[in-house]
Amino acid sequence: MKNKNGRIIDETITWQEITPGGVVYEAGSAENFKTGDWRTMKVDFIEENCKQCLLCIPVCPDSAIPVKDGKRLDFDQDHCKGCGVCFAVCPFKAIEFTKA
Amino acid sequence: MSIRERMSGNEAVATAMRQINPDVMPAFPITPSTEVPQYFSKYVADGNVNTEFIPVESEHSAMSAAIGAQAAGARTMTATSSCGLALMWEMLYVASSMRLPITMALINRALTGPININADHSDSMGARDTGWIQIYSETNQEAYDNYIQAVKIAEDPRVMLPAMVCQDGFITSHAVENIELLEDDKVKAFVGEYNPEDYLLNSARPIAHGPYDTANFYMEHKVQQANAMMKARQVIKEVAKDYEKLTGRKYSFFEEYKMQDADVAIVVINSTAGTAKEAVDELRAEGKKVGLIKIRVFRPFPFDELKYSLTGKKVVGVMDKCEGFSGAGGPLFAEVRSALYDSHDRPEMFNYVYGLGGRDVTVDTIKCVFNELLYEAHAKQLIENQVEIAYNPELLLAHTSDFEVGRVYRHLGVRG
Repeated sequence: MKNKNGRIIDETITWQEITPGGVVYEAGSAENFKTGDWRTMKVDFIEENCKQCLLCIPVCPDSAIPVKDGKRLDFDQDHCKGCGVCFAVCPFKAIEFTKA
Repeated sequence: MSIRERMSGNEAVATAMRQINPDVMPAFPITPSTEVPQYFSKYVADGNVNTEFIPVESEHSAMSAAIGAQAAGARTMTATSSCGLALMWEMLYVASSMRLPITMALINRALTGPININADHSDSMGARDTGWIQIYSETNQEAYDNYIQAVKIAEDPRVMLPAMVCQDGFITSHAVENIELLEDDKVKAFVGEYNPEDYLLNSARPIAHGPYDTANFYMEHKVQQANAMMKARQVIKEVAKDYEKLTGRKYSFFEEYKMQDADVAIVVINSTAGTAKEAVDELRAEGKKVGLIKIRVFRPFPFDELKYSLTGKKVVGVMDKCEGFSGAGGPLFAEVRSALYDSHDRPEMFNYVYGLGGRDVTVDTIKCVFNELLYEAHAKQLIENQVEIAYNPELLLAHTSDFEVGRVYRHLGVRG
């Protein structure tokens, strides 16, 4: 995340440089915030069991399952919070749900 | 040529709002400010303004809607009083920390309880630390003039802070007095267009407002906000100068009345100043050297200017139309006394908490205060001349039947 002059907003930024009112000048910057370490449970993708039915995609509350060319890829573990909803809907045992 | 009219304080600020023609006005009615949105909704219905008027379900919603609208890039105004301001509390801080120059007409009224609808300053004094600029008005004329100036001050790129323009409920808000209005086009030209650098509806540079701030960044944002409040001093002066060119009416951080050779002075806010000026005149006719300071800008607080103005006075009485419950004096007293701390020739300072819940304040009431202060000045002089005196409460009581809490913290006109 940067201020208007292109200065990266990190722990060294001064009060003169930080954006007034905390305005964010960048779309989708939540991606820069790694939240994967919040979880107590984790999911693992068992690719050989996956039929690419894509039932898991719309139920993920955090866009943590990337999709490319109509196929799902492995989990984005930087943002998956381990809620297990995808595990619950998967009809093919292609997702494992275990303690983190 | 200005327009001579007669109207109440509420109509005066509503007129200023009509002339400015804001983009959005969310408001919820509460006595005694109800007339402001009432007048304004009539202007909307009559097509005198093209403002989006939002009749919200509460004052919390009014301020929330104001924040959303102003963040979107719309010039936004609202009005409230007392418990209405109290219900806005949370959102007042959000508005100022998001640096949104919303303006608000605050018609001062006591806070509940016991329930009371009359004028005192408990509402705005409670909001003194919310990061809003606060400007106070003695008359309907000042409420009108201050509102027009407040918009320009708040929206200045060096400031970008919300501002409330205060006047006393009923005393100013409902009493009809003469007023000089500016022509609509002159007001429009004075305040200009609202062109914020960033706003939510700007598709050329999308932004997000109001994010979470961790401890690593929060303090930098607060310092930035405090700095804007400090910069507001200069902007307030500049805007007052421009306004004087336009109207001939002079405004500053406070008004000094017969202060130059005064030994004894009182510091007062809002409509009581009018009554107090009459008391000053009557005492001056008796040869007593008294004067008064009427605070116009309370936030930012004019520390240096007050210090300069009050240094060398013998005795100063600070009048708080608000209890404050610090147990040691009202909020105005605490700050005026603090402003004088570094002075080389500090006056003795007394606090008068007065007029709570609209208790009447007459010329005689203010004369009682001055006579007490003159007595204190006399006693101080005797001590300075090393004349041995006993502190004589009987002498004090000869002038007034006031109840004293401590030596400097006094409640004016309280029975018991």
